[in-house]
Amino acid sequence: MFVTFLIGAIALGTVLLYGCLGETLMEKSGHLNLGVPGIMCMGTAGGCLGIELYMKGLAAPANANWFPLILVAVLFSVLLSVSTGAIYAFLTVTLRCNQNITGLAITTFGSGLAQFIMDTYVTRKNFDVAGKLLSRGFVNDPNANGVLRVFFSHGFFVYFAIVLAVVFAVVLNRTRIGLHLRSVGENPATADADGVNVTAYKYCAVLIGSAVSGFGGLFYIMDYLKGSWENASTIEAFGWLAIALVIFTLWKPNLAIFGSILFGGLFIAAFVLKGNPMQKELLKLLPYVITVLVLVITSIRKKRENQPPASLGLSYFREER
Amino acid sequence: MEPKIEQNNPKPKKRFELPFHIVKRSNLPLKQKILIYAAALVGGLLLSALICGEFAGKNPFSFFGLLFKGCFGTERKRWLLFTETALLLGTSMALIPSFKMRFWNLGGNGQILVGSLSAYSIAYFLGSKLPEGVLISLMFAAAVASGILWAIIPAIFKAFFGTNETLFTLMMNYIAAGLVLYCRASWIKSGSGQFPTLSAGILPKLYNDKLITILVFFLLAAVMFVYLKYSKHGYEISVVGESENTAKYIGINVKRVILRTMVLSGAIAGLVGFFLIAQTGQGLSPDITNNRGFTAIMTSWLAAFDLPVTVLTCLFIAFITKGMEQVRSGFGFTNDSISKIVIGLVYFCVISCAFFVNYKIVFRKKEGK
Repeated sequence: MFVTFLIGAIALGTVLLYGCLGETLMEKSGHLNLGVPGIMCMGTAGGCLGIELYMKGLAAPANANWFPLILVAVLFSVLLSVSTGAIYAFLTVTLRCNQNITGLAITTFGSGLAQFIMDTYVTRKNFDVAGKLLSRGFVNDPNANGVLRVFFSHGFFVYFAIVLAVVFAVVLNRTRIGLHLRSVGENPATADADGVNVTAYKYCAVLIGSAVSGFGGLFYIMDYLKGSWENASTIEAFGWLAIALVIFTLWKPNLAIFGSILFGGLFIAAFVLKGNPMQKELLKLLPYVITVLVLVITSIRKKRENQPPASLGLSYFREER
Repeated sequence: MEPKIEQNNPKPKKRFELPFHIVKRSNLPLKQKILIYAAALVGGLLLSALICGEFAGKNPFSFFGLLFKGCFGTERKRWLLFTETALLLGTSMALIPSFKMRFWNLGGNGQILVGSLSAYSIAYFLGSKLPEGVLISLMFAAAVASGILWAIIPAIFKAFFGTNETLFTLMMNYIAAGLVLYCRASWIKSGSGQFPTLSAGILPKLYNDKLITILVFFLLAAVMFVYLKYSKHGYEISVVGESENTAKYIGINVKRVILRTMVLSGAIAGLVGFFLIAQTGQGLSPDITNNRGFTAIMTSWLAAFDLPVTVLTCLFIAFITKGMEQVRSGFGFTNDSISKIVIGLVYFCVISCAFFVNYKIVFRKKEGK
């Protein structure tokens, strides 16, 4: 029971972890991207489109191969999520438009277009085969040792997310690139004076962040749900939760690993626990309430390393005084 | 004798330079501003028409006909258009005062929703026990009070601890939605599991059930215009928005202004929530706000937080929203995703044209000339 719960929490947490990592990277560059829910939807649609094309090209679905399948899925997912992110980046970095407004527009557009692509171009034929393949772990026997199952029964995308989180944490805190990126988010004018190419850093952060968050939705559809699809608003809801998770984990990718498992656990607890419907609704509320509490406590304690990036949400124009 | 400084630094390497650079505009004449925005709107709609026509395999120019038909085709559709405009205007009015003082209130949805929730719950539990007039006034008071509560919580933390209001108000939306689901789970034990339509607590009909909403919000807009433009409060809001330090130096109590303005914001959002319920007595659901809290951010930002212009932007967004319903059925799209795509595209066009209003591109002159 507990093992199943933990495995579920890790799996659902991975959806949020991808979104959270992408958003963290963007926020570190000073861009509060409220378009992440839309970008996640687009990443999903792209990945599903890729898998659809791959499965269609096969003579028999049983011929599907793990490696090319992942390659195609990742490639198409990145293609769509990055092009959506590029709209955001162009509008906010180059044209210096308001980030909140642009983000909300991206979410509207992205979730709409993703829904349209899924309804029109993706038949989801043989998606169950692809889903099974993508969610295959090292230990697939449901009777195996519980500890082994918790750590080794997941599909590729779970481990990939954790590796990404560690890489992000190291790059942000231990390398020159990370230092420059953080300085762009804290005070772009100073970074600019120091010779950091602010525009390039912002673009890279937004585009890489978009690609990473796009995997979240793809993972949810292909691994967590094993290839079934409801509608874009489910993924949109995960996107908002991922933004909450960024705050909850204090903009730290390494904390995000554990935060995502906690949020994932809270989310599925509502379905696993044998409570009455009221208690379930309260449980679903909990991640947001906790996030608010973290937001309030960090702002009261005013510890400098736990604050949002100082120029979060502000456009940078060099000639402005 | 001056020592000769050896000049050994070589010629600076020729660096790549863009052939233009960007300069901030000081003030663009109103005529040009309107021209830029109009071009963006037309461009956005043309783009949408082409895309819709392409997807549906129909003549893209019938898009415009359908858009107009969806808004003005019948008397009922005209009323619906103006009700939607009024509700958007109401929500925009709830957000504009807070935006004017640079308080990023993304919590419109949540504030409206708790307003609807408390209005609905009063009608649901006391509907048969109180006379209609008392009931409606109670619903009104409860909706406004709860809207204020939802807005004042982030405001308090913003004023005293500098808590990030963007993220706080965003989270409050989801807490409000969860609260509605919680109440639904605890009150509606049997049947469809949905909140039923109300039989009591419905506003009296004034010609039809829509006119009263339209009148109230347009009248309120007039009052609000005067408040923001000519009252001392309105002045203080603008000063806090322009520069908090200036406000402090001229003796404005910034904390009080933030709290007072957010009380106003929350009250109006609660009022919108009240009308959503009391206008027709429709059943409550987390989607009752129809995302107007976010849409109104667009309408008020596009209008640069100027109320008379906001009326126009609300009308325009309502026009697209209502018109797209007709386009959908006319072009044979099965779900509402195409409306979202079109609205998103129009947003992009309008948002990006703000760049040309605020900045101008200056081409470099060739060196040596």
